[in-house]
Amino acid sequence: MKAPDFAYARPASLDAALALLAEHGEDAVPLAGGQSLVTALNMRLSAPGLLVDLNAIPELAGVSEDEGVVRIGAMTRHRDVGTAALVRERLPLLAAALPHIAHPAIRNRGTIGGSVALADPATEWPACCLAAGATIVVRGPGTERRIAADAFFLGLYTTALEPGEIVTAIEFPVPGDGAVWGFEELSRRHGDYALVGLAATGRRSAVGLSDLRLAFFGVADRPVLARAAAAAIEAGDLTGAQAALADELDPPDDPATRAATRLHLARVVLGRVAGRMRDGTVKEETSHGA
Amino acid sequence: MAPESPDRAHAVAFTLNGEAVRAHVPARMHLGDLLRESFGLTGVHLGCEHGVCGACTILVDGRAVRACLMLGVQADGATVETVEGLTESGRIRDLQDAFHTRNALQCGYCTPGMLVTATELLNDADAATSREEIRAAIAGNYCRCTGYHAIVDAIAATAEARRDGPKNSRREAAE
Repeated sequence: MKAPDFAYARPASLDAALALLAEHGEDAVPLAGGQSLVTALNMRLSAPGLLVDLNAIPELAGVSEDEGVVRIGAMTRHRDVGTAALVRERLPLLAAALPHIAHPAIRNRGTIGGSVALADPATEWPACCLAAGATIVVRGPGTERRIAADAFFLGLYTTALEPGEIVTAIEFPVPGDGAVWGFEELSRRHGDYALVGLAATGRRSAVGLSDLRLAFFGVADRPVLARAAAAAIEAGDLTGAQAALADELDPPDDPATRAATRLHLARVVLGRVAGRMRDGTVKEETSHGA
Repeated sequence: MAPESPDRAHAVAFTLNGEAVRAHVPARMHLGDLLRESFGLTGVHLGCEHGVCGACTILVDGRAVRACLMLGVQADGATVETVEGLTESGRIRDLQDAFHTRNALQCGYCTPGMLVTATELLNDADAATSREEIRAAIAGNYCRCTGYHAIVDAIAATAEARRDGPKNSRREAAE
């Protein structure tokens, strides 16, 4: 189908974009990579009066490191996030997640900030933000807020963003000594949304895993930190961790994939990821599925 | 109207298949429709118009993107290449020959998108081109006829020939 009629503006600065969003209120929608928004427009699921295109604002894109924090500009394309030398070195979890995000042509255009602001519960970046303890930096008219990922994702396509605010950057703490990570995603076909996915970070020592953060996606209305499961694994009880997921996750139930199936798959994924993190065999995956 | 100010249509100027072009584009028109309807580039095939099928894949600033998921007004200032530009320049002659030789198309609807996606993969010096990686690269391009094997064969053969050839056949063809 074809998109409904709307007006379009492409401001050249963040302040100009925020001014337009403030002036037009709920009628205005920011346009990042457009890989979900333009789809919604073409399918007439969305009918904004004005699109405020963020693609001509240079300060919103790029990856940098300062005092133990890697800052990724919101308009950095998926591909540029996952292939940046700084990200591959400092945040290998993000590099491992990249091949699971849709397809090359989508990764070339979609942005990490757009993905985080959309908060689709079956997507990779929100879970990675949660696992890595990221901070979402947002700007509204005249104000900047810094929101922990733990407090940012509130529900289905729902975040802590207020009207008129946009995500400007995501800040990731650089993992310290002994840091390990894990990532696994199951989908029916490569590039599909996840049936179940898990992004995880933690610390590994001679006595086992600690500081575990297990961020599941595709198994609730938002990415979920499985705290009880993490505590059980830190205590060396994988079976207990897998059992704990029944209370921590709320998988959607649809005819193609029953909730019970997703819960089972979440337990399988947890077993694999926790095993690799415990054994120190995590590596960047280039294959998909299995 | 300058692009900084809201309007329902904007003037754009961009490079299309090597030529500087201009157009006045309704904001709601996606880039695929702009290329087809204003410039007659009907090699930009529209399948699903929501980013799933890959038939409309083109190169924007050297990267494969979905023409249906970019707005025409967003082409302003960009370098856009469609399958017409890629093929008429001779740059992917070897890839086209491989598709022909291996019978890597039947109805042909997906072929422009397949060629553009393969062009990006083959241009990426870092991309390894095992069959597995080729399959991952074209996973976003649907073909309902071939079963994909012949397409993977064609791309793999081109990758191998470019790697092993006495000269870089792609560069040679472009000169």
